[in-house]
Amino acid sequence: MTLTLTVRAAPAAPVLAEALCPDRLAGLSRPEIERLELWHGNRRAAVGELFVVSGAGADDVRVVGDLVRVAGLGAGMAGGRLTLAGTAGPHVGAGMRDGELVVEGDAGGWAGAEMRGGRLVVRGSAGRRLGGAYAGSRAGMRGGEIVVHGAAGEEAGAGLRRGLIAVAGRVGDAAGLSALAGTIVAFGTLGVHSGAGMRRASIVTMTTATLLPTYARACTYRPPFVRLCLRRLRELGLPVTDDQIAGRYTRWSGDGLELGRGEILILEAPR
Amino acid sequence: MRLDAAEVVDTFAEAFTMWGARIVVTAETSGWAAHAARSLTGFATSVIGCKCEAGIERDLDGAETPDGRPGVSALLFAPDADGLAKRLVERVGQAVLTCPTTACFNGLAADDEVDVGGRLRYFGDGWQASKVLAGRRYWRIPVMEGEFLVEERFGIVKGVGGGNLIILAEDAVTALRATEAAAAAMRPVEGAILPFPGGITRSGSKVGARRYSGQIASTNHVLCPTLRAQVDDSQVPSGVESVLEIVIDGLAPDPVREAMRRGLAAAARSGARQITAGNYGGSLGDHHFHLRELVP
Repeated sequence: MTLTLTVRAAPAAPVLAEALCPDRLAGLSRPEIERLELWHGNRRAAVGELFVVSGAGADDVRVVGDLVRVAGLGAGMAGGRLTLAGTAGPHVGAGMRDGELVVEGDAGGWAGAEMRGGRLVVRGSAGRRLGGAYAGSRAGMRGGEIVVHGAAGEEAGAGLRRGLIAVAGRVGDAAGLSALAGTIVAFGTLGVHSGAGMRRASIVTMTTATLLPTYARACTYRPPFVRLCLRRLRELGLPVTDDQIAGRYTRWSGDGLELGRGEILILEAPR
Repeated sequence: MRLDAAEVVDTFAEAFTMWGARIVVTAETSGWAAHAARSLTGFATSVIGCKCEAGIERDLDGAETPDGRPGVSALLFAPDADGLAKRLVERVGQAVLTCPTTACFNGLAADDEVDVGGRLRYFGDGWQASKVLAGRRYWRIPVMEGEFLVEERFGIVKGVGGGNLIILAEDAVTALRATEAAAAAMRPVEGAILPFPGGITRSGSKVGARRYSGQIASTNHVLCPTLRAQVDDSQVPSGVESVLEIVIDGLAPDPVREAMRRGLAAAARSGARQITAGNYGGSLGDHHFHLRELVP
């Protein structure tokens, strides 16, 4: 059974909806869910005032409607499946630990910020700081998988410490900013300043890229891990080609201003 | 009992609990995967002298391997979990890490796991890097050719070591033919390996020795045709001039039983005069495979 929450009307002010995730709704009756309070602008509002609650169960939750001003959906979720049928606001899946969160439209900024596990799938595009670190935090995403079928904004994977971020479209400037480890895969173009301040992480790109001068060419080879990683992304629904899986990648090491153990792997153009 | 022209002795194979692991080796070509797997499973016929027993389980095509390349699945067994971990680290380190184009993966989902890649990573001298994918950690170790990828943890299970069939025939040629046929029939059983060369051993052993107190194993004199006239407890029947044995290790009792069933039938069809099995009276091994239960 699916529990469905349908937005009554586009909220007049931002709604903070961290409570609306499967593990927090588990065990609650429909009236109890309707009585839950969320921040709506600067006041508390009951879920029932903002959403029509229908269906039952908590393992599979679906939120339907104009969610652009609804922030934090699925933030901190620890299990189950949450589907956002529309374009979501900022901070979706931030800090999530487990389960699967699917955004059927676009996601706002900070999607999957500092997430620790589980899977965030964005069918559209994601805003800035995808899987990133919040101001004051040393580390961003620390585990799990983020799959974006569209594009991603600036500073995707900023402070990335562990986990996999894959973007089918363009990735904005400064991807992997100060990333500590983990992997970012960009199937579209990669913006400038990628890997700035990166210590150990990997950025894999399928198109040519303009790199910072603090990256140095190592060699062109077939990284066995890339094969494994791309096959996993194909399983997750991204259109990965055989040429990308079997291809040769040029390894650039950097950032030379930091630890220098990071890498940017650029798919060799067909000869 | 009779099966085709062979007499099947009403006895049982006594086997022991051993810890087992499945190693998946992949490479750019099936040839290089085979090179690595043969080296990985070499000199691993018996725990008596090799500390472990190992063999190739089967070839894998790209659709069956984690990285989509051709590969080989191998099984490795040792008497205890710590010993198995040590043998895995030694053998993956010396036989797979060293082999061009290979990668090495755990092939067994199990509750118990041992650290393999996490120990081999130190070969990277600080330049190694780890990646976590779908909950599994892998180590990337830089090597002169490029990079060696090895999974950190390998599943291990309590398996079975020492299932066996002993095949007796009227001469050496017939014994070899019947035993080769048995080994060929047994090899496709998933989850089981035949650790001796070609799957066959000619030197079945007994525990200890009659004359040498320091010897942990010595020739199974009761089944040596050349000693028939010299020992008072020979079990070589009249008309038998050669005896060979197949040892089977498996990840569970069922693969061992199935391999023995197939081998028994194939040997009987291929000229064996008598088929028996080795045991120690039943008081040492955890697993008893009775031949009468394997005869159709």
